[in-house]
Amino acid sequence: MRHFEMDKLQARGGSVGKSKHHESAIKQVCGKANYVDDFAEPAGCLHGYPVLAPVAAGFITSIDTKEAESLKGVVRIFSAKDVPGKIDIGPVFPGDILLTDHEIEYFHQPVLFVVADSYDTARKAARLVKINCEETEAVLDIHEAIEKQNWVRPPHSLQRGDADSAIKSAKHQISGELSVGGQEHFYLEGQVAMTQLNEDGGIFVQSSSQHPTEVQHLVAKILKKPFNFVTVEMRRMGGGFGGKETQAAPWACLAALATYHLESPVKVRLARADDFRLTGKRHPFYNHYTAGFDENGLIEGVHIEVNGNCGYSPDLSDAIVDRAMFHADNAYYYPAAKIVGNRCKLNTVSHTAFRGFGGPQGMIMAELIMDDVAAKLGQDPLTIRKANLYRPGRDVTPYHQKVEQHVLAGMIETLEKDAQYWERKEAIKAFNKTSPFVKKGLAMTPVKFGISFTVQHLNQAGALIHIYSDGSIHLNHGGTEMGQGLNTKVAQIVAHAFGVDFETVGVTATRTDKVPNTSPTAASSGTDLNGMAALNAANTIKDRLIEFVASHFEVEAESVEFNDNKIIHAKGEMSFAELAELAYMKRISLSSTGYYATPKIHYDRAKAEGRPFFYYSHGVALSEVEIDILTGENTVTRADILHDVGNSLNPALDIGQIEGAFIQGMGWLTTEELQWKDSGELASSGPATYKIPAIGDTPTEFNVSLFDSANPETSVFRSKAVGEPPFMLGFSVWSAIRNAISSLADYKYAPDLNTPATPETVLNAVVATKQWAADNLGANEDTQDEGVSHV
Amino acid sequence: MIKFLLNDTVTEVQSSSPSLTILEWLRTTTGKKGTKEGCATGDCGACTLLIGEEITNNKGETHWHYKTLNSCLMLLGNAHGKHIITVEAVALTKYPELGDLHPVQRAMVECHGSQCGFCTPGIIMSLLALYINNETYPGKTAAIHALGGNLCRCTGYNPILKAAEKAFEYDRAEEPWSAMAIKFKESLLSEPQENALPYLEDNQRKFYLPQTVSQLVELTATYPEASIVAGGTDFAIELSQHLLKPEVVISVSQTSELTQFSEKDGQFEIGAAVPYCDFVDALCTTYPESKELFERLGSTQVRNSGTLGGSLGNASPIGDPAPLLIALNATMDLQSVKGTRTIKVEDFFTGYRQTVLAADEVIAKISIPKRSESLKLACHKVSKRFEDDISTVCLILAVEHANNVITSARFALGGMAAIPARAPKMEAQLIGGRLDTKTFMKAGAVVEKDFSPMSDVRASANYRLITTQNLMQRIGYEFSQAIPVNNITTPSARISHASL
Ligand SMILES: Cc1cc2nc3c(=O)[nH]c(=O)nc-3n(C[C@H](O)[C@H](O)[C@H](O)COP(=O)(O)OP(=O)(O)OC[C@H]3O[C@@H](n4cnc5c(N)ncnc54)[C@H](O)[C@@H]3O)c2cc1C
Ligand code: FES
Ligand code: FES
Repeated sequence: MRHFEMDKLQARGGSVGKSKHHESAIKQVCGKANYVDDFAEPAGCLHGYPVLAPVAAGFITSIDTKEAESLKGVVRIFSAKDVPGKIDIGPVFPGDILLTDHEIEYFHQPVLFVVADSYDTARKAARLVKINCEETEAVLDIHEAIEKQNWVRPPHSLQRGDADSAIKSAKHQISGELSVGGQEHFYLEGQVAMTQLNEDGGIFVQSSSQHPTEVQHLVAKILKKPFNFVTVEMRRMGGGFGGKETQAAPWACLAALATYHLESPVKVRLARADDFRLTGKRHPFYNHYTAGFDENGLIEGVHIEVNGNCGYSPDLSDAIVDRAMFHADNAYYYPAAKIVGNRCKLNTVSHTAFRGFGGPQGMIMAELIMDDVAAKLGQDPLTIRKANLYRPGRDVTPYHQKVEQHVLAGMIETLEKDAQYWERKEAIKAFNKTSPFVKKGLAMTPVKFGISFTVQHLNQAGALIHIYSDGSIHLNHGGTEMGQGLNTKVAQIVAHAFGVDFETVGVTATRTDKVPNTSPTAASSGTDLNGMAALNAANTIKDRLIEFVASHFEVEAESVEFNDNKIIHAKGEMSFAELAELAYMKRISLSSTGYYATPKIHYDRAKAEGRPFFYYSHGVALSEVEIDILTGENTVTRADILHDVGNSLNPALDIGQIEGAFIQGMGWLTTEELQWKDSGELASSGPATYKIPAIGDTPTEFNVSLFDSANPETSVFRSKAVGEPPFMLGFSVWSAIRNAISSLADYKYAPDLNTPATPETVLNAVVATKQWAADNLGANEDTQDEGVSHV
Repeated sequence: MIKFLLNDTVTEVQSSSPSLTILEWLRTTTGKKGTKEGCATGDCGACTLLIGEEITNNKGETHWHYKTLNSCLMLLGNAHGKHIITVEAVALTKYPELGDLHPVQRAMVECHGSQCGFCTPGIIMSLLALYINNETYPGKTAAIHALGGNLCRCTGYNPILKAAEKAFEYDRAEEPWSAMAIKFKESLLSEPQENALPYLEDNQRKFYLPQTVSQLVELTATYPEASIVAGGTDFAIELSQHLLKPEVVISVSQTSELTQFSEKDGQFEIGAAVPYCDFVDALCTTYPESKELFERLGSTQVRNSGTLGGSLGNASPIGDPAPLLIALNATMDLQSVKGTRTIKVEDFFTGYRQTVLAADEVIAKISIPKRSESLKLACHKVSKRFEDDISTVCLILAVEHANNVITSARFALGGMAAIPARAPKMEAQLIGGRLDTKTFMKAGAVVEKDFSPMSDVRASANYRLITTQNLMQRIGYEFSQAIPVNNITTPSARISHASL
């Protein structure tokens, strides 16, 4: 297919492959890029705020709204009774309750919805409502949920070969466990929605959502109206990261409910602390494994169990835990594997999508195993990693998809050389021998990440293109812009297709009345799906234009070329604008939709076999860290990354995604610590106590390169998805911290290091490692600093 | 009435809630929505704007100085007489193209420094302050300090750091704002009567901005139940998180006696309302050991408005200044219409968020005695994140010695008890001991006799105890120079690493 050929088009000086700056960049730096809360409020706009449950589990016995209602400015307080349609807004499975009137399943669950004439009054009134309940026993510990088999969805397992006997018959056996922390999205723009009646009686919703179609459907369902009653618009989000895939819907639904009853515009915006408390996060996991391996560290069999803390409802957890299972191999071949995934039900907010979608929580097990095997054999961890990589002949995953592209070995080799892994490793060993309190660590970890929604029907997209008679192009597609540069890339694709300047293409807000039945912008698929749909729309128009030019000028269709804002054919050329005008005059349609569905993918869940992923994205990271063994403080001093984005559509945006994802992954694994009180209330409920990386946490030396290779699958211009995969490059930081601590035991012991590796967690691991060294390496382990002792 | 300059427009406000922040005011009444709310607690920097104020140097010359602030923390009333610059005013044309942008904006575009763009207005303002206050690129450390209070969840910051440098590579942009500000100030001075006591009112609720200490103590005598505010970095959080609606707010931020700072014969007198940015450099010249403590206190925005009076008045057990002031044996003046009393900072705190301050009293100033020649000072702050994070443990140890024998020890800690507190048992272990590692480790070993800290969201009690002990060991090495100092690599190495 001609439009997949990148090189030819690039040679023509097209838009694709250029580092165009973000389509909104100039507006953003001038403060003119509007987010939902920035749009002018319609006259009479009211403000809503949820009333929150005061316990983690129990039943409501009575509610006293008197004081709240008497507050000046309060208009009305809504309850479940006011919902004419469905009260359950679960996106896939039932379980997410818009407003509960009976059972409380997590601390701060929304119970009522106050609407008032100002934001302050609504917030204040919401706190004045008194909810009395009969408390019941809350499950707040994942181990308790596992023991009670408290699941939101049934367990699932993947199996290839006979793992247990492979482990038994292997020369060495090893086992380990890991608690993996969750993560708050902390999109800088919090959850917000504004609704109003449109002239035809329907509801118009502006929502900061990654999934406008789902917002449309849910609003319609709670109001018991057809989908065409609701129109959702989304221009841009101030960050999403998965946190606005399902979690944006409740606020839009509540606003719409009030608009419907009061016939007034209504806005809902969560204050940051409530955003933390009321929206799902990355699932915390508790995982364990047993592995068998030979004298070279080659894995012979693994048994891995991953347990996701899903919170109180299924939400997207089935697919999230599946993805954790699909990635428990990361880049390594397990000749025999059994991978079990449990979806644990706890009395917390329902955990949800977050960049990587469970993949990271599964994948970390593979990296844990590699480090543990290396320590056990006294080998270098990179050597063990390289030995276990998928390669031809050793290329079938635990879910029976064949790995067909083998680039990681080469990528590792390149980075190993370019970033001087072995030289630095020796230098670090020498440094650690003489440095009493600061220890350095180094680790290189690969990423192999499967691209496609594992829910098959979501792998489709639509787009809409109009060419106006002056040649300017209007582009609309079903994806949403949250900073990742989707609109920029799709506009580049369309500009490229028509051979016009990037600036010729205007992208507008995503709207459910322009492109219907869209999938969420998630699973890194935004460009793969919408870019392809837009390209198909462009090609439909282009084919019409070629046919028109051929007949109008009486030339061969093959001679017609779109390039440099011109149409060139055998008998001459004209500008794109002139062609548009001419085509219009000759009554050629200049508008088209485009559609795309990902080919090849299938998965048989009953057999746990198939090809859930269209292709894999790859990356390798090398991180160097320093830890302070007196306090556990730690820092990344250098990171080198080589990442595979196929043919890059926009190198600058791709590098931006990689850098941002790496830092976010690093934060997840180091400083970002979610904590709940014994009551089930979130303790780390704001940026004062929940610390995402700040600017000084950026590694001093931070080198990112793109691995130059076309996607072997026919993706748009042979590019690859980039949103999620680099997140998991952050494992190199975690592994490097373990490596630094290991130096205290002459690298013969890999300490347990639950995540996040906060100073406290690191200090505990330091203490444990010193203890191990004292017990196993004899008295002289500590000669360089005999004075250093730890309680 | 209060009067200030908003970008190029002289703005008067008379009726307004006394507890309204500039951010709320901008977003709800002016239609200027470029300034974003990301947290409303001073932690994210999305609401950053520039505040210009007239500075008089010791030769009596004045100039306008612009610095960053979190508009979610600054009360509208505190803007009186100042120049507020918002992101909308940075580019000088209405529909700018790349070439029309201010260098800091252009650099951000060209370095791909914005992704979702929500943090971007705040980043632009922090970069603008860096740009205006430096003729040439001041280096990565300075850039990191300038931007430490601006969170970005998308970019990982690398392009922003590049933009900070690149902004200085274009032709230098003129700074058009101080000329406007000078004119504004002249007009303000021409109506002295009107501005004798700036105020705001909203029905019965009032905001007062006393200009002199006598006005101030009169007001606190009249309204003993009033809320006092200085920089607002603690106070505004009470408003946004606890939804307080105080009836009367009295701001000390422009009370002239409280905004004086002086250093005489090694003695420091710091007005309670002097923001950190105006005294820290001088203090750290005498006490360089405390530099890291102040560099890591909040963010540039927080240090540009936060004050010692506010920190002590807030009486938080995790404030960083109190342990330092206690270790340095500082005193504070408390003033009311009845007069002034001087007490030791260590006697100020009586219980969790309780102090000896009477309802009508204000903190007027803090005095730090002359540094003793043999003083050895160690300041350590441990937190989860290096920048803009509250201390898990803040540990300040001041010892004096004669011939390497410790003669006095003042050891104050934050985060270990309900108040910033001294450690008498550990001090006793130190006094009389030799200045060597053993002595300090011995003192560390009795930490549990002095403290039984809490477990909370920042760390467990056990971690706090172990860390305190371990830090005593480090201090022992430092003071006795048992290991070359550069071999110890204190945590401050982190920031220097980050900025190499
Ligand atoms: C994001 C952020 C990070 C922070 N990080 C740190 C940190 O790392 N370390 C740290 O120590 N602190 C930190 N703080 C806390 C705070 O900035 C400081 O305590 C600051 O010094 C408070 O000063 P202020 O002038 O802003 O106080 P305000 O908020 O104005 O006042 C605080 C309290 O003190 C009272 N008060 C103020 N002045 C007087 C006076 N003259 N007389 C009597 N009472 C008075 C007020 O009534 C109020 O109750 C942080 C705050 C924020 C928002
Ligand atoms: S809004 Fe986050 S610092 Fe002001
Ligand atoms: S660009 Fe999204 S938070 Fe900075």
